[in-house]
Amino acid sequence: MEASEFKSDQYVRFCPGCGDHAICMALQKAMAQIGIPTHQVAVISGIGCSSRMPHYLNTYGFNTIHGRGGAVASGVKTSHPELTVWQMSGDGDCLAIGGNHFIHEIRRNVDLNVCLFNNRIYGLTKGQYSPTSPKGFVSKSSPFGTVERPFIPAELVLGARGTFFARTLDVDMPTTVDCLVAAQQHKGCSIVECLVNCVIFNNGTHAWIADREQRAEHSIILKHGEKMIFGANKDKGLAVEIDPQTFVPKMIVVAADDPRVLVHDAQQQDPTLHRLLALMGQDRIENVNAEVDNELPIALGVIRDVKAETYDEAVNAQIAEVRGKAKAKTFDELTATLESWEM
Amino acid sequence: MQLTGNLFASLSAILGHEISTLPDFPAEIRAPQGTLGGVSGFQVALGSEVYTPGDKADVIVAMNSAALKVSTMNKHYHEHAIIIVDTDTFTDKDLEKAQYKTNNPFEELAIPETVQIVPVALTTLTKEALTNEQWKMENGELDNKSILKCRNMFALGLICWLFDEPMDEAIHLLEDKFKKKPALIAPNTKVMVDGYNYGQNLALSVNQVRLEAITKNQAHGRYTSIAGNKATAWGLIAAAEKAGKHLFLGSYPITPATDIMHELAGRKDQNVMVVQAEDEIAGVCTAIGAAFAGDLACTSTSGPGLSLKSEAIGLAVMAELPLVVIDVQRGGPSTGLPTKTEQTDLLQALYGRNGECPAVVLAASTPANCFDFAYEACKIAMENMTPVILLTDTYLANGTGLWRIPQLKDLPAIHPQGVPEELKGHFNPALRDERGVRYWAYPGLEGFEHRNIGLERDAEKGTISTNPENHEKMVLARKAKIAQVANRIPDVKVQGNAQSDTVLVGWGSTEGHLHSAADQLNCALVQFNYISPLPKNTREVLSRFRRIIVCELNTGQFANYLRSQFPELKIEQYNEIQGQPFAVERIVEYGSK
Repeated sequence: MEASEFKSDQYVRFCPGCGDHAICMALQKAMAQIGIPTHQVAVISGIGCSSRMPHYLNTYGFNTIHGRGGAVASGVKTSHPELTVWQMSGDGDCLAIGGNHFIHEIRRNVDLNVCLFNNRIYGLTKGQYSPTSPKGFVSKSSPFGTVERPFIPAELVLGARGTFFARTLDVDMPTTVDCLVAAQQHKGCSIVECLVNCVIFNNGTHAWIADREQRAEHSIILKHGEKMIFGANKDKGLAVEIDPQTFVPKMIVVAADDPRVLVHDAQQQDPTLHRLLALMGQDRIENVNAEVDNELPIALGVIRDVKAETYDEAVNAQIAEVRGKAKAKTFDELTATLESWEM
Repeated sequence: MQLTGNLFASLSAILGHEISTLPDFPAEIRAPQGTLGGVSGFQVALGSEVYTPGDKADVIVAMNSAALKVSTMNKHYHEHAIIIVDTDTFTDKDLEKAQYKTNNPFEELAIPETVQIVPVALTTLTKEALTNEQWKMENGELDNKSILKCRNMFALGLICWLFDEPMDEAIHLLEDKFKKKPALIAPNTKVMVDGYNYGQNLALSVNQVRLEAITKNQAHGRYTSIAGNKATAWGLIAAAEKAGKHLFLGSYPITPATDIMHELAGRKDQNVMVVQAEDEIAGVCTAIGAAFAGDLACTSTSGPGLSLKSEAIGLAVMAELPLVVIDVQRGGPSTGLPTKTEQTDLLQALYGRNGECPAVVLAASTPANCFDFAYEACKIAMENMTPVILLTDTYLANGTGLWRIPQLKDLPAIHPQGVPEELKGHFNPALRDERGVRYWAYPGLEGFEHRNIGLERDAEKGTISTNPENHEKMVLARKAKIAQVANRIPDVKVQGNAQSDTVLVGWGSTEGHLHSAADQLNCALVQFNYISPLPKNTREVLSRFRRIIVCELNTGQFANYLRSQFPELKIEQYNEIQGQPFAVERIVEYGSK
């Protein structure tokens, strides 16, 4: 299928320069590559800039209320597992007001493809700090800087026993498309953290990796089965080191030809390594002003992709199983089982 | 005690009596036994022309001295009542727990001499029944705890004797009740039969009560006894099958509504899908998702949960999706009285949402017609693309009544809104039929892809619009859509003495009590099941009466609603807010003034 088939007739109203434009195009490309017909796709969103996404996709769409996209999407997918269901959400929609639905859709492993647009700011309400804003972040609602500890989305996903986590960047179209396609192919709740720039209220929030000159040194694109190599000259690799005193494992940067360089295994059930990888570079959010001199790159690509039974399958299988054995399958058969008498 | 009460009610119903029950229990799961706060009661009225569980009992079974005290303090019985008490619960310790000041409870409570007290050593007799050598030889030995659990059955046996209800039918019911725990059948049966024989053999100086066995008012058919919550659940099941839709319930546990979810979770044989959501909001939102995807979607809750669902119900109003919201009202506000009954969510159901947000509101009025109105709620929702809020309450939910079992073919047809094939390729979610109802196209249908929204939409194109005139047009379109439902609902009826110049007006679960009160006052009764929209003849019917008394279990919510709709009517109101159903005698006293 062609990406144009997934374009709706609506004029895209994201601000000029907003990272959401790129994700929108990546979604259309990914959906075309996946090839599921438009009428079998439902895109559900909450409220926020990113939640406008359904309007721009020529599928079934539902732009619901703030924070509840996950719950609505869970209802769509569970009742109709034959549909492909996407959820569009932001760091405020998903991690603040909709936090409960977010962790529970992950815990249940509802087969949804969730795009979590993380620009570390509330854009549509014009610039308040969000649950992912770095500590000390100055915004309209934190004129003296925030005093809150932020969420790291990946940690939340793994803490909720997530089966799929990928991270991508608005300016990296190929990685974004790859992550979205992988999210669709994964059976279960797939979270794709899309690092997007808010050009109006939080410009440059991801500049550390978004700047073209720095990106290769500051990020690594993980691919299942491939060595963890990065750098402009592909001269650096990632390895794990265990502290001999505390036994705490940590990621280290080594030379690309070092035998300790790891091969990425996204399908490993144990989340320990996935967590270490996903947390690389995330200490930058601990303090907005700190000059973090961290040589660890931020991990992009599919970090975790493991198999587990999905909620929608399990619910429907149980109904089929009980119904298969049941004697009373209709209302009249059911009422016939009642203790009753004639009058 | 709840089990004993239910068994007796079912037995009475099987024997052809009309029944009405009122379970009354504390909110705590294991409230301390023997204390005043731990008293759990079950009231049942039986006979013919039974409309309520009754104000005052003819027979009281007090399983301990605390129950005796609570019943007496709350004036639960009349002056010629029979009180059966377990005399084994009158030790000093028991009396202290029940906060008696003396060791003669009967005197202390000043129980009138006209009341006949039947002291029975229930605990001792139960122990004797299950520890005698012959029984032990045949059935094995039971531990003390299991023996004591059978104590209620002795009382049940005794009551069966008192009301001349045959043991064989009771044994049959017991066997059915315990079919999953067969070990309990023998001891419970033994104790119950002993209780029955105790009444018969010891020739208690009490006259048996013989009730007219055949009900006069019931149509011919197959009957069972059913509780309101179960009837509600089954109404949804029937509607789904009739409409050819999957039934989806998204819900979160909350007293007193949870039994609806329990019942539906067990009905996978009927193809029912239940999602026990992470919270009330997810309950309604998963349902909205299922409705968006084309299912008959429902959510069940009580008042606090309805508050949490408000915003999402507004979404269903705006997105014009069918949704059935069941609110089993309880005492409020906030956590309030979770196990008690009240009619205090009416205004919340009507108006408790942001914006101009009309929905259909219905109220069931008996445990059995919870079935009919749950069915009707589904029909209206799917035919008119709107949320329907069905109000029941603790009294209906836990109470039981006689239900004439319908056949699916006899239930009204349901025609869920569809989408005309000619709109394929140029569908949008603002398109309406001649009634003003938008079409229901859902994922999976090719050529009807569209974007639905909680934002205001353009009346023609269906896309986001902030145009001022368009918004007003849409507000009025949504209002008109609800108003036109009145064309499809029955007229409200005048019951009782239509010639009287006085009418009692009620809504929902008070029907039985108001019926009895209207009989005694020889006046008319108008009881509403359709609250929004009101039946078309409402104004004409109410204006026939000089004195209009709106009776409800709140401070006047329906009365004020009627005043707002019909400002020319002079409306009087009678209200009780005690967490209990009406007392008929108090309504009669008020009405006679």
